[in-house]
Amino acid sequence: MMNISSVSKIREHFPALKQKVNGKDLVYLDNAATAHKPIGVIELLNEMNSRINGNIHRAVHELSSRATDLYESARDDIREFINAQEREEVIFTSGTTASINLVANSFSQAFIKRGDSILISGAEHHSNIVPWQMACERIGATLKIIPVDNEGNWEMKTLDSLLDSTVKLIAVAHISNILGITNPVEELISKAHSLGIPVLLDGAQGIVHQKVDVQKLDCDFYAFSGHKLYGPTGIGVLYAKRKFLDEMPPWMGGGDMVATVTFKKTTYAQPPLKFEAGTPNFIGASGLGEAVRFLSEIDSTAINDNELQIVEYMNRELEAIEGLRLYGCSKNKIPLFSISVEGAHPSDMAMILDKMGIAVRTGQMCSEPLLDRYNVTSLLRASFGIYNTLEEASYFVASLKKVISMLR
Amino acid sequence: MTIKEIQQQIVEEFSVFTGWMDKYEYLIELGRLLPIIEEGAKLDENLIKGCQSRVWLKGEFTDGKLYFRADSDAIITKGIISLLVRVFSGREPSEILNSDVSFLDEIGLRENLSPTRANGLLSMIKQIKYYAALYSQTN
Repeated sequence: MMNISSVSKIREHFPALKQKVNGKDLVYLDNAATAHKPIGVIELLNEMNSRINGNIHRAVHELSSRATDLYESARDDIREFINAQEREEVIFTSGTTASINLVANSFSQAFIKRGDSILISGAEHHSNIVPWQMACERIGATLKIIPVDNEGNWEMKTLDSLLDSTVKLIAVAHISNILGITNPVEELISKAHSLGIPVLLDGAQGIVHQKVDVQKLDCDFYAFSGHKLYGPTGIGVLYAKRKFLDEMPPWMGGGDMVATVTFKKTTYAQPPLKFEAGTPNFIGASGLGEAVRFLSEIDSTAINDNELQIVEYMNRELEAIEGLRLYGCSKNKIPLFSISVEGAHPSDMAMILDKMGIAVRTGQMCSEPLLDRYNVTSLLRASFGIYNTLEEASYFVASLKKVISMLR
Repeated sequence: MTIKEIQQQIVEEFSVFTGWMDKYEYLIELGRLLPIIEEGAKLDENLIKGCQSRVWLKGEFTDGKLYFRADSDAIITKGIISLLVRVFSGREPSEILNSDVSFLDEIGLRENLSPTRANGLLSMIKQIKYYAALYSQTN
């Protein structure tokens, strides 16, 4: 048991942080886009790629057996990490986007018909908008939107008026990738369930910054990606309550998701395999298992304290910069800051910050409707991970000020 | 002066800069000096949309020569645009078609052209070439 108890100790586990970019020490503040991997994850990926490689669920030989064990124990580790009731409720996918598409296709086939509606919010990532638009178009259903106020919070009064008998599913972000606010999902789920409406949470950011307990949240679906959670790229999870998985038809067909196959009729496997067609990214899944094991060994107080310090610092400093607007103001703020600055274009700022070794994100952040709502075409976003320090936040602020004075 | 000669001039001007900071400061200055395209020309039809910054380009063919005016909401991009306008505006379409933009490489701005930057510059250069191809046929 490692018991990593400070940010500097955490940093030691991440080789990517030791590099220089453009001659400067890397200050990586684009964790909301993707995060770096701890050495334990990297070593497991290498070990599997170089030795423990055999197709899973398919053979009795040693390599297949060991790979299968790693894959299935990763499923157990994730079940524990999110406190799902059954391991069968943890489906491996290629990421959040695939998880949401799975539900958009499969759940709607079973439960949504012409004239029904699906409810999302005005602050969603395209991956939690487009699959629902496509489903609505296929079925002849309507997409309804919970509006977001100037501070970035859901308009809860309007939400009440939108919840009618046509709504068959609500799909919203646990934490917004632009506003950095933890949404009142418990309240939403409670309202939804009182009307018998299931809720899907886009947990791409939520899984990283909250201790997710799917039973406590009582969400019906929870989708997240491995690569933002310090795990490998190309792997993700869909958590879904067993009762839905039993009723939902499979989405992708192929090997491993079948029970028997004849040309007359094919029967399907039980969940989770029913939704895992073909050879999965078993190396990625095993790596994700290692990532959640690593995270479970970190003293969460250390991470929380660090996050709080950074949020306080950044809120204070950014507010003091003239002409700077911060998007997403709430007491439930995570260390993710999207800003616009009068007289300075985000891409100009980011280009110069990059030369100073600082990695941030600019553009629409895959959330065009939200940017339209605030009447902007582009923002700059700095997002902090478990290994970022207050010193880095300070360097970012100082550099940002320099950059702004160059441009204005 | 030919296009090649103007490009050479620019490369010489940039050779005095020692670091990226100086280069960017110069580009910012150039960007500020570039005449702003009038609001009427900031139409969607003249917009080259990249997802990082927006670029407007308007081409006019008069007396056998192509004239360009351009603008961007990002000032460093605008600075690079002013270089492109200096090089390509007031030229015959055939001369534009026979030129390349390797001078941007030589002044160390190649990274700004990579498609991953998605800043509209690459699309703008394509659009300039497209105008040239279009009007070289009417010659």
